[in-house]
Amino acid sequence: MLATFHADLHLHTCLSPCAEEEMGPLAIVRQAKKKGLDVIGICDHNSAGNVAAVRQAGRREGLAVIGGVEVCSEEEVHILGLFDEQESLLNMQRLIEENLHGENNPELFGQQSLCDQNDAVVARETRLLIGATELSVDEVVEKIHQLGGLAVASHVDRESFSLFSQLGFVPRGLQIDALEISPLHSVAEAGDSFPQTKGYRLVSFSDAHRLEEIGTTFTTFRGISPSVKEFRKALLGEDEREILN
Amino acid sequence: MTVKEMAERAELEVLVGADGLDVEVTGGYAADLISTVMANAKQDNVWVTWHLHPNIVAAALIVKLSAIILVSGRQPEQETVQRAQQEGMPILGSSLPAFEIIGRLHGMGILGTV
Repeated sequence: MLATFHADLHLHTCLSPCAEEEMGPLAIVRQAKKKGLDVIGICDHNSAGNVAAVRQAGRREGLAVIGGVEVCSEEEVHILGLFDEQESLLNMQRLIEENLHGENNPELFGQQSLCDQNDAVVARETRLLIGATELSVDEVVEKIHQLGGLAVASHVDRESFSLFSQLGFVPRGLQIDALEISPLHSVAEAGDSFPQTKGYRLVSFSDAHRLEEIGTTFTTFRGISPSVKEFRKALLGEDEREILN
Repeated sequence: MTVKEMAERAELEVLVGADGLDVEVTGGYAADLISTVMANAKQDNVWVTWHLHPNIVAAALIVKLSAIILVSGRQPEQETVQRAQQEGMPILGSSLPAFEIIGRLHGMGILGTV
């Protein structure tokens, strides 16, 4: 049975150094529900360390949670990897860890808090999550796909850390599943302003770093469940699934 | 000054496109945001960059640059080499970091657009 899902699949938690401390798992889930979202995606910079806690909070509060990570490629392009399977996400996490160097300085970049499902801080991540990995954008996308995930280029309409700012346009042969438009532009505006979007599927997520930003923009899709698998089908327009932007 | 003369005087290694070095260099541009290169670099400029990605060749062709110069001994990706060969876009390189390369070029009279 097909249903409609409001999806904001690019949210940060307090694990991202640039996100507010208020972005705890439970607080995020409650805010997302308040905003009428049906499914959220957790994509912290170069780490999936808080995904399990958000999933637990989501289960308790009745909100679907998709696990993900926002990988920074060596060209400083941000790519979202979204996964149905926690194990695949953890494999992606291991690959990132092998290719990420440096130690965080909380005074310069912000705290990186690992939380439990009740928003209690249980540890601080010490790696420099804001840094770039040594993986090229092509390698990042390829690896996400090998692990069964969905690869979305983050905020292509922004002037930093985007596929368009760093590399100008979508590299030939890059099997990117969608391009994300930030809350700066509507999908229609971005299509007009950025001719490089032509021929690619566009989605819109909030990239929230603060609670009040959650759900400021989202993508609505039709499918049988709020999963990556169904979202992919909707992007491809398969089996009557569709994106309703 | 041609790309060939510039490469010799600044001691840049020709990594790709040795037969396309007779173009007159109009000036230089430096950036690692390819979007800004496409927006601001001028025809027959040389472009100093850290990037190795194949998109540098396409960007250089769009702006009609005379050559790409890679810094810090960085070696282009295989696909970048192939595309540069196909399209006849010279890629030069140096073990020097960007600031030193640009300093040399500027001292030789290759200037940015002000």
